[in-house]
Amino acid sequence: MDKKTINLGFIEKIPLGQGFCFIVEKDEIAVFRPRSGGLYAIQNRCPHRRGPLAEGVCDAQTVICPYHGHKFCLQTGKGSEAGEEVRVFPAREEEGEILVDIGT
Amino acid sequence: MNKKNLVVIGNGMAGARVVEEILKRTPEMFQITMFGAEPYGNYNRILLSNVLNGTDKATDIFMNPLSWYEEKGIKLHAGVKVIKIDREKKTVIGVPLTRNDCPYSSSNPSPANRQTVVEPYDDVIIATGSRPFVPPIEGFGGPGTFLFRTLDDCARIADYAANCQKAVVIGGGLLGLEAARGLLTHGVLVTVIEAAPHLMPVQLDDEGGRLLKSTMEAMGITVYCQQIVKGIEKKNGKISHLVFHDGTTLPTDMVVVSTGIRPIVEIANEAGLAVGRGIMTNDQMRTNDENIFAVGECVEHRGQLYGLVEPIWEQARTLADVITGMNPQAAYTGSKMATKLKVMGVELVSMGEKDPAGEKDEVVTYREPNRGVYQKLIIRGDRLVGTILLGQVQAYDHLLQVLKDGNSVSPDRTELLFGQQESKSLTDVLQMPDGLQICNCNGVTKGEIRKAIRKENCTSVLKVGLCTKAGQGCGSCKNVIFQLIRAYADDLSSDPKEHYYVPGVPLEKSRLIAAIKAKNLKSVSTVFQELAGGKEDAVSKVGLASLLRSTWNEEYKDERDARFINDRVHANIQRDGTFSVVPRIYGGVTSADELIRIGTVAKKYNVPMVKITGGQRIDLLGVKKEDLPHIWRDLGIPSGHAYTKAVRTVKSCVGTDFCRYGLGDSIRLAQEIERAFQGIESPHKIKMAAAGCPRNCSEAYVKDVGVVAIEGGKWEIYIGGAAGGTVRKGDLLATVETHEEVLKLVGRFIQYYREHAKYMERTYGFAERIGIDRLKAILIEDEMGICKRLDQEIQKAASTYVDPWKKEAELPAYPHQFEGPELVQVLQEAVNNG
Repeated sequence: MDKKTINLGFIEKIPLGQGFCFIVEKDEIAVFRPRSGGLYAIQNRCPHRRGPLAEGVCDAQTVICPYHGHKFCLQTGKGSEAGEEVRVFPAREEEGEILVDIGT
Repeated sequence: MNKKNLVVIGNGMAGARVVEEILKRTPEMFQITMFGAEPYGNYNRILLSNVLNGTDKATDIFMNPLSWYEEKGIKLHAGVKVIKIDREKKTVIGVPLTRNDCPYSSSNPSPANRQTVVEPYDDVIIATGSRPFVPPIEGFGGPGTFLFRTLDDCARIADYAANCQKAVVIGGGLLGLEAARGLLTHGVLVTVIEAAPHLMPVQLDDEGGRLLKSTMEAMGITVYCQQIVKGIEKKNGKISHLVFHDGTTLPTDMVVVSTGIRPIVEIANEAGLAVGRGIMTNDQMRTNDENIFAVGECVEHRGQLYGLVEPIWEQARTLADVITGMNPQAAYTGSKMATKLKVMGVELVSMGEKDPAGEKDEVVTYREPNRGVYQKLIIRGDRLVGTILLGQVQAYDHLLQVLKDGNSVSPDRTELLFGQQESKSLTDVLQMPDGLQICNCNGVTKGEIRKAIRKENCTSVLKVGLCTKAGQGCGSCKNVIFQLIRAYADDLSSDPKEHYYVPGVPLEKSRLIAAIKAKNLKSVSTVFQELAGGKEDAVSKVGLASLLRSTWNEEYKDERDARFINDRVHANIQRDGTFSVVPRIYGGVTSADELIRIGTVAKKYNVPMVKITGGQRIDLLGVKKEDLPHIWRDLGIPSGHAYTKAVRTVKSCVGTDFCRYGLGDSIRLAQEIERAFQGIESPHKIKMAAAGCPRNCSEAYVKDVGVVAIEGGKWEIYIGGAAGGTVRKGDLLATVETHEEVLKLVGRFIQYYREHAKYMERTYGFAERIGIDRLKAILIEDEMGICKRLDQEIQKAASTYVDPWKKEAELPAYPHQFEGPELVQVLQEAVNNG
């Protein structure tokens, strides 16, 4: 599959400091908007028990899964538990809108 | 902003710790320069004994390698000894040492032909530590004679021992015994010489000392007490024997002297600072020069010298609070001393005083000669002032807490020594099989925990938890984890983070609240800005939100991102991403109309399950996030707070309306309590109950707060009960006559718990930690004079209570609060970047 850049709409859709889940084609993508700036997108489902990461508490580097507290790096997708990792989608903000690259 | 120059003299445990504490508070405030007389980064001096006995390699005990200093922008002069503080020019002058110079020598190498190092300062911290004290012994100082203070000392002792048959350690104190045990591993015959009538004279009484002697001898170490060494005799350039004052002799090949330590104060003396036995500081760790602080073993504080790590960590925290301006009034007020002997095969703890001070002191002893167990308590006016535990130390944690808190102890003294039956002795945890599951919430085995302790260097319950998740569920296995650390870690370093309210802000709860109030911080983001160097920390957010809300009530500035999903949408998230809705049913009494309404709502929104909860309420399970505000509006019943750390439900029994046994109107009282305190946030959930008689049908004895009617028109108030992962019967706080008095005391306890419990500490842990006697003194007898304030505070919290469902059903707290995932239509052409 080719790489596509998808426009997910206005940045204000994501409450400051939180995440929000978008379903793009078959992917559930959690996009985070940390208070300190930047925009990060990772797969929404926690590999442990499918917890919705978009509902997790986050800071500029980490999101905590609301189900069992597993943590994931927003930049690399690396998890706190051995062998756990989530997909990362390059994301950025342009003129107040959310752009995310999907595909490979 | 121009950085201030901070020069730290001493790169040992105190110096490095104080720098760490400062960097945690303000990474940008100071340009830090450190001088260390030893040619290394910073290492854990406590573990020197382990290096000597081979359980640790020298490289294992480094805490901050040289690269750490670079990363933090610290200029380190390793192997440079400070010889002068010039208070006129505000400079610190050091000279480099060679391998042959002793870093703790009391004379300075002459600066001639050495390049001196001069560093300017705005502030100085002296952390020079101490040096071994050497009694007058003829012939000490040549080859084969050693002191035991540094890594290099360790290496020299081990090297020399390789070619020896016999070694003598002069000094039967803590360090001397550890050195003796270490020498044993180098295949030499070891003898310990002590001048006092028994071993460890500072920490032990006669009997304890005698028992320790036989324990050491059972290991193969010979012990002579009441012997003073006069001189060391040599033959053919080698040590041949010791000569005692009474003329007797003892053959040996080498001698290690470990007879105590003395603060290193020469530069302070020379600079004209006030020096007693150590460098004198006030409670802010300042010397008599306002720009010069001191910390650690070199300090004399309120007439006390401290040579143990815990008080020094505490000094470092205070100094960092003061010097960074985080809390200029922070005060170190001294520490109670607790010493643990780290000799493999010996369990020994001594804290506080070792002998009674007079007739009035009560001395409690327990002896079991066969197992080498000796335990002793010294109690003065109902306070524990000293403890010796030898051979069996499982009461240590509990007693240390009791000693530190200074609370009055139970009249039944056996409870002090044997009341903590839940803790396992070290032998027990050592014998557990590796495959045994310790943490039943997260399925962590003993083997995994042991590996974390040994391989990952997790020396605190918190670190083990971060590494393995053990203890991070319900927390009831934390005690066993602690025991495992005691069994497998050589250093039970108290991780300061253990005491922080949240890991991302380096302050204990009371200090954190003080800083929050002083700086008027009303939102989680401002706390990170002001108290954590601007670094937001996800793990700390929810705890801070809870604390701020309890501190400021309606003035709290809510930032929903700092709250757990449950608290963002006032419902409990379920395993499939749906939510549960539990309306408040006061005292478990509903009505036909209310039931019909709940049923109608459940049908209208296709609620998959309608369940009766354990707390006498009705749970609507499987609700979609989008439906939450609509369901709340249709129900028209306030939130039952079943999703949050707050006052939840007050169960009741049938009371007096219908029950044949009822002594008190438990239904009415339960409803009154629930209406009075509904939804008030606290460090953890608060579940309550009212029972109309001691048959306890509503299980009031095992609630965070329970009230039970007894004959004579009275109510008993129990606190700290539990019937979850931990089962505990509550402690009787008071017996009162009226509903008003019940409400007053329940509110008072809840407020005290809100102010003093750690985040996520349930009342059963809190009540045990503080102790019911202490709680009675504070809450009933008003010993601290705070009852009136507590009553006002809880009233304030109650009067500002707003039902979140009613409020946010009409108007969401923020846009998209109740929205589920958004389906995105991909319309645009693919952009091919191939």
